Amino acid sequence: MDVAKIGVRLAAGVGVAWGAATLTFLAVQITPGDPAYAIVGGPEANPSPEVIAQVRAEYGFDQPLLVQYVRYLGRLAVGDLGTSYRLQSPVTQVLGEQIGGTVQLAGVAALLAAVLAVVVAVFTARRGPVVRGGATSIELFLASSPSFWLGILLLSVFSYALHWLPSVGNADGRALVLPALTLALPIAAVLSQVLRSSLEEVLEQPFITTARARGLSDAAVRVRHGLRHSLIPLATMTGFVVGGLLGGTVIVESLFTRQGLGRTLLAAVNAKDMPVVLGVVLLSAVVYVVVNLVVDLLYPVLDPRLKTVTATEARETVTANEGTETTETEEVSA
Amino acid sequence: MSLVSIENLTVSFGGHEAVSDVSFTIDRGEGVAIVGESGSGKSVTARTLIGLTGDGACVAARRATFDGIDLTRLRERQWRGIRGSRIGFVMQDALVSLDPIRPVGREIDEALRVSTALGRAERDRRVIELLGRVGVPHPELRARQLPSQLSGGLRQRALIASAIAGDPELLIADEPTTALDVTVQAQILDLLDDLKNDGRALLVISHDLAVVSRVAERLLVVRQGRVVEAGDTRAVFAAPQHEYTRALLAAIPAEHARGTRLVPGAGSGWEPTLVGAVGAAPVPWASSGSVDGAATHVGEVGEVVARAEGVSKDFVGPDGVSRTVVDDVSFEVRAGETLGIVGESGSGKTTTGRIVVGLEAPTRGSVWIVGRRDDGEPVQHDWATASRADRRALRRDVQIIYQDPLSSFDPRYTVGRVLAEALTVSGRATRSTGVRVRSIELLEQVGLGAEHLARRPLTLSGGQRQRVAIARALATEPRLILLDEPVSALDVSVQAQVLDLLADVQGATGVAYLFISHDLGVISHVSDRVLVLKDGRVVEQGDIDDVFARPQHAYTQQLLAAIPRIEPAGASAGASAGAPAR
Amino acid sequence: MSLRAPGDRLAASTDTPADRGLVAFTSAAPTRAAGWLGRIPLVAAALFLAALAVAAAWPSLLAPFDPYAVDTTNALAAPGGAHPLGTDENGRDILSRLIYGARASLLLGFGAIAIAVVGGVVFGLAAGLGNRFLDGLIMRTMDVGLAFPELLLALVVISIVGGGTTNALLAIGLASIPSYARLVRAQTFAIRQAPYIEAARALGVRESHVVWRHVLPNAVKPVVILATIGIGTATVAGSALSFLGLGTAPPEPEWGSMLSSARNFLDLAWWYGAFPGLAITGLVISTTLIGRYLQQRSEGRGA
Repeated sequence: MDVAKIGVRLAAGVGVAWGAATLTFLAVQITPGDPAYAIVGGPEANPSPEVIAQVRAEYGFDQPLLVQYVRYLGRLAVGDLGTSYRLQSPVTQVLGEQIGGTVQLAGVAALLAAVLAVVVAVFTARRGPVVRGGATSIELFLASSPSFWLGILLLSVFSYALHWLPSVGNADGRALVLPALTLALPIAAVLSQVLRSSLEEVLEQPFITTARARGLSDAAVRVRHGLRHSLIPLATMTGFVVGGLLGGTVIVESLFTRQGLGRTLLAAVNAKDMPVVLGVVLLSAVVYVVVNLVVDLLYPVLDPRLKTVTATEARETVTANEGTETTETEEVSA
Repeated sequence: MSLVSIENLTVSFGGHEAVSDVSFTIDRGEGVAIVGESGSGKSVTARTLIGLTGDGACVAARRATFDGIDLTRLRERQWRGIRGSRIGFVMQDALVSLDPIRPVGREIDEALRVSTALGRAERDRRVIELLGRVGVPHPELRARQLPSQLSGGLRQRALIASAIAGDPELLIADEPTTALDVTVQAQILDLLDDLKNDGRALLVISHDLAVVSRVAERLLVVRQGRVVEAGDTRAVFAAPQHEYTRALLAAIPAEHARGTRLVPGAGSGWEPTLVGAVGAAPVPWASSGSVDGAATHVGEVGEVVARAEGVSKDFVGPDGVSRTVVDDVSFEVRAGETLGIVGESGSGKTTTGRIVVGLEAPTRGSVWIVGRRDDGEPVQHDWATASRADRRALRRDVQIIYQDPLSSFDPRYTVGRVLAEALTVSGRATRSTGVRVRSIELLEQVGLGAEHLARRPLTLSGGQRQRVAIARALATEPRLILLDEPVSALDVSVQAQVLDLLADVQGATGVAYLFISHDLGVISHVSDRVLVLKDGRVVEQGDIDDVFARPQHAYTQQLLAAIPRIEPAGASAGASAGAPAR
Repeated sequence: MSLRAPGDRLAASTDTPADRGLVAFTSAAPTRAAGWLGRIPLVAAALFLAALAVAAAWPSLLAPFDPYAVDTTNALAAPGGAHPLGTDENGRDILSRLIYGARASLLLGFGAIAIAVVGGVVFGLAAGLGNRFLDGLIMRTMDVGLAFPELLLALVVISIVGGGTTNALLAIGLASIPSYARLVRAQTFAIRQAPYIEAARALGVRESHVVWRHVLPNAVKPVVILATIGIGTATVAGSALSFLGLGTAPPEPEWGSMLSSARNFLDLAWWYGAFPGLAITGLVISTTLIGRYLQQRSEGRGA
């Protein structure tokens, strides 16, 4: 992939981030109620009109919308997400304190989901009805289960019935097991479904038969030819995975009472602490954009057909699209 | 002792027997062919020899040996010792038979790694050697390219290289030349013949009798899983014993002059079985005015219906470079005649056709369509300058039939709705009763019937779908029909029926055909006049008999020389144009 | 070498290879057990959805108890006897609360998906059929929407408009519009390129008719089928909001909020947490199975 294409992708990513920022700005504007009241502690605090006016001036709420918008973007550009109404501290600081637990949880869950999905799909694709049927049934169940219920089931069994693992907290690695599983299993199930169906499609292709006709073993065919192809559709699932992980942490952190962005977000939603809500949401949008950008740039590595041919290759092999026909140079005159 | 000896091979899939009691032998250095139409079980038979018959297959035989090894007793691990290193297999269609995301060199390397104990550097050297052996120029460069970056011929050569990497004693090639241009096809056949002369046994699977005659000393004709005829290639072609073999030979359009029927009329004994074999309807169109076996084309050539004047088309490729794919093409088509356009892939024939029917606008030049106003007066329009309303009116005068009829039907529509749309849009029938009556008439005209109205095209056979496409084209009562490779995807017997039908329709309606094909045999059978295209330019045009009998241009001569004809094996090696570089 | 003459002893096609003295060498069972056995899950799914529909429409027909009736003497009773699925911390019958909860849960799922599909089809078609400017405008906006995980977007909507069943429904519906819009647009583009569209034009069909009769129905059909599967997903999202205390509020019975309360009694009453989750999972599995069946049918596979 050449520099121009990377530039286009980058620009698109920046565009989406800008759109996301605009959307969050609009969200604040259409939120009913005066943010100044929220800042001084809500209507119950019964602040004097002077205090309100002072806060409005301090936060720039008395400025025209466009000025507020430009200032907002300017602050975002330097990494200032505003100040939490509720905690009275900068949003970046709040997020910075909480992000560690979430990154740990989401990272472990993502790894777990990917490994589970690949292993299960490779071992069960195009197998007998018992193996395949069993795997698909379990996947259907896991993919259909709400993660909060899955978490409750895991807690009931491993914490309350067997007392193997702790039910709450960020204390140590053991406390991470159940939350990570809860987050990973539904994602792994969906990925495994997609991976298996694409693997089965690939394994029916003639080039697979050709590989077998060369004397290649079944395992080698699956891993060397099949898996590589199935990773391409899997890459298109990135959005789903990122969304599932970020959305899932809200539920999982709440269920397992873990410190993290998810629980911070939930508390902020309940308190109508808009700067924190939008800070978390904006951060997740940026993560989404960055991850997708990376995957986009990785596509040609997964699928070399997407690489632009070099000038020499282009001259050697003219494959120009001519309506429905494909022009080919053939060594007819050789 | 024979290298391969198979007795009473039977293969069934879920109770359905795909191959029944097939027996044959292959000697060392010998070329054997299995010939049959789709569904004849020929590919299944070949794949059984390497133990890759497919999922759910139940394979049995009285005896199945390869070089004395009892194939019926092999375990998967032992099969792997045979595949590649003792039996090489070239699957059909190299584009999908080579891993699309791996360079072809790695595919050949993989074959070497499995079947030899060579080190990495040694293998790299062998890969280049093998590519050179099969006639790939610049093997060092080609080895690093993906299959999609190679031309069809080079891809096929690379696939063959990967199949002979383990130096197998038997090479099986399944439809090795299908979808290749005729000149490339000749080169691949020469290569296979050459590999056979190295002392390898060769088993070729094909639907094309002419292809087979080039490389096989002996052949088996199979139909519905059974061998109907077997023997020496020369003898079988000289005096076919079985009626099915005779029917297959009769259905080859190249062997029959314009105006003769490819499917002899009902009553000659074998015909109903042939039709039954391919699942098509019987031949009621015989009632539409044609005489059995006699010339049906009356050659009533009339006024000009379409005229192309200096038509050119430029396309801007993905690299931003403009290429001229149609270059200054001029011709006329007259009522009641067939103008054939022949050329290899990339010659611009499809684009030319699409410009004529107004689906594509020419970059330069113009296309005039002579239509009729509602009062019957002739009216001439250029697609480019005609008003919107005129263009729509012109549409019904010019129809198009595609190679793949299925994708040209809305998947939600029944046959009845497809025809009703054509009839109402063109104003040829109004009122629902009129539409229905006319639809049934159209279906009967193409050899189908009222019972097909409620069917969805997906549930019809390939031949039936093409008949529906013809009926739809006829619904608007056109004066010109563009046929873009209309029979290329059909079995030879079904192809023969469709070609006969097209001749009948032309005889009955006087419609003009613009017939595009890469198949010179088909073109020579259907056309009155022919246009030979190469790289977007007309290199030769004229009366079909003149052009085919006395080709003036070197390219036409080359094309005609490359047509596989039924001839005994061995005689052709090196004789055709463009033998592979050794 | 001799090639066997065809035709002899071939009449008996019913006999097995073994009967003919042949040796079977590679043999495999048919790949999948087809037929009515394969239909059992599908029928079960349809029956389950029908039962849920009845429960949502006339809960009093099915429920053995009043879902609000508190009976502190019978709190957290194990399943069996009068309460087949046990009772909750207030002694309320769990089965009855599940049945009454079907309405809120289904309303969330169906309502949200209806908003998502209608919005997705409108924006997707406008982008797919409109000019480049409109397409760009709509799709860049949708790209922004897609950048937010649906649950987070729903949380933003709720922090603006507040919680409750209706708002949760609205939040999930709005948050799902971008993905449906993208799908409809992609479909529209694919179909505009299809040979049958060109064939219709070649017949002289008016452009407006091509769009209405061919492009639109073929573009929307797969989306509607996918929406069947989406109902389950949306129900889960709705229950998740209730679980987080932002959707349907207690004491109103709703599966997600029941699970939320059950959290506090996991060590005492496994049934309290198990059955509401099972109900949601059953709903999602059912809509998934039926959606997949419809998908296969429309692609010409299956019956």
